[in-house]
Formats: sequence, structure tokens, C-alpha cells
Amino acid sequence: MTLIGPLVLGAFLFCVGLYGVMARRNSVLVLMSVELMLNAVNINLVAFQNLKWPDDPAATGQVFALFVVVVAAAEVGVGLAIVFNMFRNRASINIDDADMMRW
Amino acid sequence: MTSLDLLFILFAVITGGGAVLTVTSRNLVHAALFLAVSLAGIGMVFLLLQADFVAMVQAVVYLGAITVLFLFGLMLTRAPIGREALDSRNRPMAMVVSTALFGVLVVLIVRAFGSFPAVTPRSSSVGDLGMAIFSSWVFPFEVISMMLLAALVGAILLARRESGDSGDERAVTPIREALPDRGEVEAEERRAELAAGDGGAR
Repeated sequence: MTLIGPLVLGAFLFCVGLYGVMARRNSVLVLMSVELMLNAVNINLVAFQNLKWPDDPAATGQVFALFVVVVAAAEVGVGLAIVFNMFRNRASINIDDADMMRW
Repeated sequence: MTSLDLLFILFAVITGGGAVLTVTSRNLVHAALFLAVSLAGIGMVFLLLQADFVAMVQAVVYLGAITVLFLFGLMLTRAPIGREALDSRNRPMAMVVSTALFGVLVVLIVRAFGSFPAVTPRSSSVGDLGMAIFSSWVFPFEVISMMLLAALVGAILLARRESGDSGDERAVTPIREALPDRGEVEAEERRAELAAGDGGAR
């Protein structure tokens, strides 16, 4: 297996996630797109570890992939809490409505 | 081309298709389920790369927890369905930007790693991974566990209702009534849009 396949897949997922972040107006869908982008990074990390540096004793790529999973889980938790708060306060989760820093 | 490559292409197509359907689907629940398909495909790609433990974590955390969390989020927010309600006005610009970025990235990747030989993926065992986490990466591990705890407490604090029980609708304070000039601002914006010839986008 060459390195190009996983890297191109990662780049594709990242760009799809970027499109979702920019084009969607529902906050939950924006969070889903962010998940896609984080997973694209994970594919890159694991591919570099297991194809290019498989003998690294610190297993840097896989350990960082696990760290990214933890950060993604925390991000979804806090993000959905913010979305719920926004929905409760203004009865809308349209991300274009959230354009005030405070009120 | 080995069978490993063929399997990788199969799962890459499933993953990419699921991702594209996630960001283009008109139905929110379908979008969440396509996201689950895409995440499962990524887990299979991890398996093909011999990263067994990461694949298992992917299955447990993403498929088991985060997808369900998203479904809960969609159901609790009662979001509208339809392209006008889901996609914002900068959709064409987003398409242009992401396509251009993908082209640049593919050119960069092919130029940088095009001469990389085909190798069979090898991985350190789960035991070595655990040894690495608790020897080389023990300080980042502790920091990230503290961060997870802080995120958990912060999420509870944010999502908690100020007063009253759950389901108490009196706690809802609509911002449009609390802020009287907001409607005028929106009407002003809509008038400006109509004047610019971009009517009906909202």
C-alpha cells in the first residue's frame, strides 16, 4: 500500500468537512463537519506512522490519533452544550443568527 | 495492485461517499447516519493500516458515542428540514474554496510522496502502544485527561437549565422579544438584500 491513497483520502475528507463547515447553517451539521475534518487528520497520522515510520518506539502517530479522538469527544460535548444553550435562549440553531458577542 | 489496495479503495469510496452525503443530505437524521457510515469506513481504513487499537477506539467512541450524541442533538433542537433551511448563502463560495483546496492538496501530496514505494503496513502491538503512552507520552496523557474532565464539567454547566425542572418551558426566554431592535435590524438587512437583487435567499 502506498502512502498516496490514505493521504488523498484524508485530504478529500478534510475538504468535504471544510465545505460542510462553510455551507451549512445548522449548528449540529457544522459540528458533524468538524468531526469529518478531525478524522481526516487521524487518517494522516495513522498512515504516516504505520507506512513510513513503523519502528518508532514511541508510536507517535497512533498515540496522537488517540489524543485527537479524545479532543474530538470533548469538543462535541462542549459544542452540543453550547448549541442547546443557544436553542433554549433564541429558539434557533441557525449559525447565521449567532452574530452577537453578548446581549 | 494487491488485494489490500483493492480493499482500501473500496473502503475509501464508502468513506468519501458517506462524507459527501453527510454534507449534502437534506434530512438531518440521514446526515447523522451517513456520518456514521463514513466513520465506520474510516475505522476499516485503520484496520487495513494494521492500527487495530485505533480502529477499536474509533468504533467505540465515534460509532457508539458521538453518533448517538449527534442524534440526540438533532432531536432536541427540532431543526427544520430542507435545503433552504440547511444551507447558507455562501454555498457556491464554499464549493469553490473546498474544491480549490483539494486540488492544491492532491498536487502537493503527489509531488511530495509520489515516489514513495508500496509497503505493507506494520504496527506496534497494543502492548507497545500502552508502554509508549505511559512512558513517553505520560505527561500529555495526564494533561488530556484533565482537559476531558474540564470539558465534561463545562458541558454540564453550559447545558444545565438555570432554574426549574427539565421540560419547563418557562425558562425559555426568546431573544427576539428580549431585544426589541433585533427585528428592525433584520428588516433592514432584508431590505438591503432586496436592494442588492439577492431577494429570497433567507
